[in-house]
Amino acid sequence: MRRYALRFVALGYLAALLVVPVGLVVYRAFQDGIAEFFAAITTPAALHALWLTIIIALIAVPLNTVFGVMCALAIVRRRFRGHGLVNSVVDLPLALSPVVVGLALVLVYGRNGWWGAWLIDNGVQVIYALPGMVIATVFVSLPFVVREVVPVLREIGDEQEQAAATLGASSWQTFWKITLPAIRWGVAYGVVLTTARALGEFGAVSVVSGRIAGRTETMTLHVEERFQAFEVQDAYAASVVLALLAVCTLLAMTLLRREDA
Amino acid sequence: MSSVAVPAPRRRREAPLALGVSTAYLSVIVLIPLAALTLRSLEGGVSAFWDAVTDPQAVAALKLTFAISLVVVLINAVAGTVIAWVLVRDSFGGKSLVNALIDLPFALPTIVAGLTLLALYGPKSPIGVNVAYTTAALVLALLFVTLPFVVRTVQPVLLELDRDMEEAAQSLGATSFQTFRRVIFPNLFPAILSGTALGFARALGEFGSVVLISGNQPFKTEVASVYIFGQIESDNVTGAAAVSVVLLVASLGVLLAIGGVRRWATRHDQ
Repeated sequence: MRRYALRFVALGYLAALLVVPVGLVVYRAFQDGIAEFFAAITTPAALHALWLTIIIALIAVPLNTVFGVMCALAIVRRRFRGHGLVNSVVDLPLALSPVVVGLALVLVYGRNGWWGAWLIDNGVQVIYALPGMVIATVFVSLPFVVREVVPVLREIGDEQEQAAATLGASSWQTFWKITLPAIRWGVAYGVVLTTARALGEFGAVSVVSGRIAGRTETMTLHVEERFQAFEVQDAYAASVVLALLAVCTLLAMTLLRREDA
Repeated sequence: MSSVAVPAPRRRREAPLALGVSTAYLSVIVLIPLAALTLRSLEGGVSAFWDAVTDPQAVAALKLTFAISLVVVLINAVAGTVIAWVLVRDSFGGKSLVNALIDLPFALPTIVAGLTLLALYGPKSPIGVNVAYTTAALVLALLFVTLPFVVRTVQPVLLELDRDMEEAAQSLGATSFQTFRRVIFPNLFPAILSGTALGFARALGEFGSVVLISGNQPFKTEVASVYIFGQIESDNVTGAAAVSVVLLVASLGVLLAIGGVRRWATRHDQ
């Protein structure tokens, strides 16, 4: 009896908070028919927003993957001063408000920021342009690969790596032939999380982008802009595209977890 | 600092490139911008910083943020533990689907989360529940985004928990409530605490999911991150930076506390 009560509470909570709201938006997006839905997501502004979101993710995710693996190696395989600090700094983007992230970036890379004037004089506009949006996305999605790879590296230990080194492998060879194959599922899981975060970032990108429709508007910004313009139907349609991407993420996570186990 | 007392084998200077690149990358992306933020907030001196932080609207936003975040993570500490329990100990059709669903708030963009909640619990609610532009809406939005934290920290601990202890307690005549309180709960507590703390940090800074549903009325439903956003828009950079530093310090504090809880939990295990 108690078992059913607990099950009912748990599933009821999930339904009220997650399933029914998301389901309702999907229903609303299609209630005027599929043609309306496609019209809403193929407007020039929507297509540009989707394109920009993909470009940003295509730059930010590989950067954070390479960095994440390096950083995890540094954290696990080396003892150095400031070890604990690096560890906490890596976690910081998880806990920090995205609006704060955006403001911090404006204060360095903006027109009145530390390097902004110099960058603009040299023809590089960061804030209100693509580079700033990429940096903001990199910031918020930075911890995921590190966090997934660190425990795997700890678990595999470095005996095999040492054996390879003893047998004359260069550190590059050791990395490609021993370390990377051993951590591949951790890296893959981290990449999935990074991608999801990169596609969905809103607050930080909102601050640094200037939200210029058709120029610096990503998919999430497009959802907000359509909603504020009382085009709720368009906002629902764009949301469904983002929700589909989220479902793909969940699917990938589930498959990778199974592969790992 | 190091928690492992294994005698370190003679190490080659491993991964020198990795350390250098990591430090440079972290500096350019994270550390230097946060330093700029902190310095900017103190540009007018400590008194200007204090004035900015004690601005009545800022105080109201910060108070609301901390209070709501606390309420939300307490609710999710209970709900998250129940959900983790059901996912580990119960069995029913579609359980793996429910399990995958827990991560939806991580995967779904926050602005979409806010929009979906507004669709069901807003002015055009098909079930006639309208909480839009109230603190209840804030609570809903933050419950949504912080849902996975406790579930995902408690679940692995519950999976590994030795059932012998529970059976021993029960064979000695403990009721199931006593077994939960005396045997299971103490084992789960560090995980519940660290999940709750992570959720709290997340709730403090949340922006995307609350921006549409809260109405952002100063002194009523305006949370700290929305306040900061407003100050940036109206060119009060010092005010925005000062409140940002408060959030930054709070986040750092929570992260350090979680590190402390984890160290305490490992000691507890031994």
